[in-house]
Amino acid sequence: MPNVLAFCEFTGAALRTSALSNLAFARQAATAHGGEVIALLVGHGAAAAGAAAAKFAPKVVTVEDPKLEHYLAETYAPIVARLAKDQGASVVCATATALGKDLLPRVAALLDAGMASDVAKLAAKNQFVRPILAGNAYSTVEINTPIICVTPRQSEFEPAAELGSAGSVTTAPAGEINALGAVFEKLDAQKSDRPDLGDAKVVVSGGRGMKNGENFKVLEQLADLLGAAMGASRAATDAGMVPADWQVGQTGKIVAPALYFAVAISGAIQHLAGMKGSKTIVAINKKGDEPIFQVADYGIVQEWEKAIPELIAEIKKLKATR
Amino acid sequence: MKILVPVKRVPDPTQKPKLKDGHIDLTGASWIVNTFDEYAVETALRLLENGDSNTRTAGSEIVVVSLGPDDAAKEIRTTLAMGADRAIHVVCKDDEIDSLAVVKVLTAIIATEKPDLVVMGKQAVDGDANQVGQMLAGKLGWPQATFAASIELKDNALSVGREVDGGVEHKKVPMPAVVTVDLRIVSSHAVQNGVTPATFAYSGEGARLPSLKGIMAAKKKPMAVTKLADYGTSPPAIKEVSVTLPPPRAAGQIVADIPTLVKKLAEEAKVL
Repeated sequence: MPNVLAFCEFTGAALRTSALSNLAFARQAATAHGGEVIALLVGHGAAAAGAAAAKFAPKVVTVEDPKLEHYLAETYAPIVARLAKDQGASVVCATATALGKDLLPRVAALLDAGMASDVAKLAAKNQFVRPILAGNAYSTVEINTPIICVTPRQSEFEPAAELGSAGSVTTAPAGEINALGAVFEKLDAQKSDRPDLGDAKVVVSGGRGMKNGENFKVLEQLADLLGAAMGASRAATDAGMVPADWQVGQTGKIVAPALYFAVAISGAIQHLAGMKGSKTIVAINKKGDEPIFQVADYGIVQEWEKAIPELIAEIKKLKATR
Repeated sequence: MKILVPVKRVPDPTQKPKLKDGHIDLTGASWIVNTFDEYAVETALRLLENGDSNTRTAGSEIVVVSLGPDDAAKEIRTTLAMGADRAIHVVCKDDEIDSLAVVKVLTAIIATEKPDLVVMGKQAVDGDANQVGQMLAGKLGWPQATFAASIELKDNALSVGREVDGGVEHKKVPMPAVVTVDLRIVSSHAVQNGVTPATFAYSGEGARLPSLKGIMAAKKKPMAVTKLADYGTSPPAIKEVSVTLPPPRAAGQIVADIPTLVKKLAEEAKVL
């Protein structure tokens, strides 16, 4: 059975941008397998978001139940696994977001499916290219199980474009829901008007050299001037200067914006793994021999205390001339 | 309470990868315990001790399990020196196993050992797959709490702070369960077990280093050695076809001052 079941995250009645990258991967996989893309939306409000998904996929299946209001791997995984079989899927995919990474291996276990995580490229029908060793090497793996699970990386797949005509939307029953005793307690959300780190065209990141959280305010001014997302190195998040979900790196977010500012970041392998796919990288640090300068397109050897206020002033000047 | 901690040895991530015949060449590599797994051992210890008086909870046990070649015994001993009580070493070659095979072996061991909890790293820093914990929970039909940045143990259940996109999610799971830990699980107050005073602060510098006493004690701790064949695993369904190294980024330029930088970003890179 050659279809591709694409698990899509949504907010309100719209798909998340990250889901569009998943659908882009799903289209490639469906072509390779000779099947069609089926978008799967699970959870509270799934039916309402179905119409939005139908703009991008020929077939949409929604599953809604009050007990699915909060995502739990325990309740979602059996639904995805069952629909993979019902819909004749040979590939099941979900974007490598925190949710996708939590969910899909559990689905794979239920389906005895081999899985490729953080996929950067579809190399052949059952071959996937994925980074290993903190992005210092790329491994091509071949998976030979009847069903394959894949989490494509958002930063590697351009969001899918809308189809010429909308697909069909059907609903599927949730079936028996058993959370195995797991309970969603709460989400301590980091509220921000800035774009998601994964979607942003520009990212401004600070590191250990920023010294404290208060000092990040000047970086936030720069970010807001550019409509950028804020990021940070692990040293800065570990020290509690900024929220943990700002962390860019092997163990944090993987980003590939058009423009990345690394300010007072030395450039540990860990951090480089999360940002070296950025199109243009600017490094600002005081010595000039920090490893970050080896991946930077443009380097400024200055203390951030002097460089950032001047940068903000110069960008304002530039904007005033347009 | 008994905690099972699966650990993996990995090539030291500070070494630059080399290729031989289209695959990573590990001859002469130095090996370490995967950092996340080391943090899992630290987490298990913090769950089962009074950190203030440095005493282990009576009747508690930490069992380490590792799949790897003969010489992985060295890294397994490191976890015993940290304070784990005994180990099971499933001897195999690295290319004989994939995530599904590891899960099959762990499932069989768990059926015999019957731990109350499995704590493991969220990913190994060589393959970066981030799969085994979730797959294991799925196979066992146990609840899972992945990417744990904090854990509170209370009334035979765990309230786990999970780092997700957009914040920290708090999820409660009854035991038995599988927990995979993230880096911040080793911060000073991240693990609360109701025994260590809440005011007590661990160093927050990472996992504890084995003491000399711990290293001596580890030599006498039991390590059962088994073979992959004992668990009836199938040949790997996932095969590595080849490995390539990414091309280095073209050399960048040091720019004299901020006005020049802004000009170049606008006119040369066209990103402003």
